[in-house]
Amino acid sequence: MSSDSPLDLLKLNLDEKVYVKLRGARELTGTLQAFDSHCNIVLSDAVETIYELVENELKSTKREAEMIFVRGDTVTLVTTPSDQ
Amino acid sequence: MLFFSFFKTLVDQEVTVELKNDIELKGTLKSVDQFLNLKLDNISCSNESRYPHLSSVRNIFIRGSTVRYVYLDKNMVDINLLQDAARREAMSAKK
Repeated sequence: MSSDSPLDLLKLNLDEKVYVKLRGARELTGTLQAFDSHCNIVLSDAVETIYELVENELKSTKREAEMIFVRGDTVTLVTTPSDQ
Repeated sequence: MLFFSFFKTLVDQEVTVELKNDIELKGTLKSVDQFLNLKLDNISCSNESRYPHLSSVRNIFIRGSTVRYVYLDKNMVDINLLQDAARREAMSAKK
């Protein structure tokens, strides 16, 4: 299986769990359902984590979504989750 | 084109759009174009106490570039169809 473009790598992750890092100290994990060349993404069973500094303490908030579309311009990286 | 077609299949369904300024709008998707600009009908603001200035607006045009997320229900989406479309899109983008 040859992968010559960076996005071909994403194709191999379809229907698999992925970790998506976003701008603004946000990250998502979920099952990759679709993506395009702008890095627009659809994830199912997604968990979003938002990191915030509150009085110099790192606070994280989690939010779940059964199906979510993510606009590609906020995406900074896509990889497989570290716990797998 | 993939997500343009995808959103066209969601027309007349209820979606929640989260904007990059944290405003969250729930409403019926009325139309979409190639820039993924959206038109929503009958909107309500999920966090209205923080953003009261939208409380009297019912019908709204959203510039696609201001969208962060669109929350959907699982039953709105045919997962197999969407994955196949994504594979086909990846193939056609290669050349």
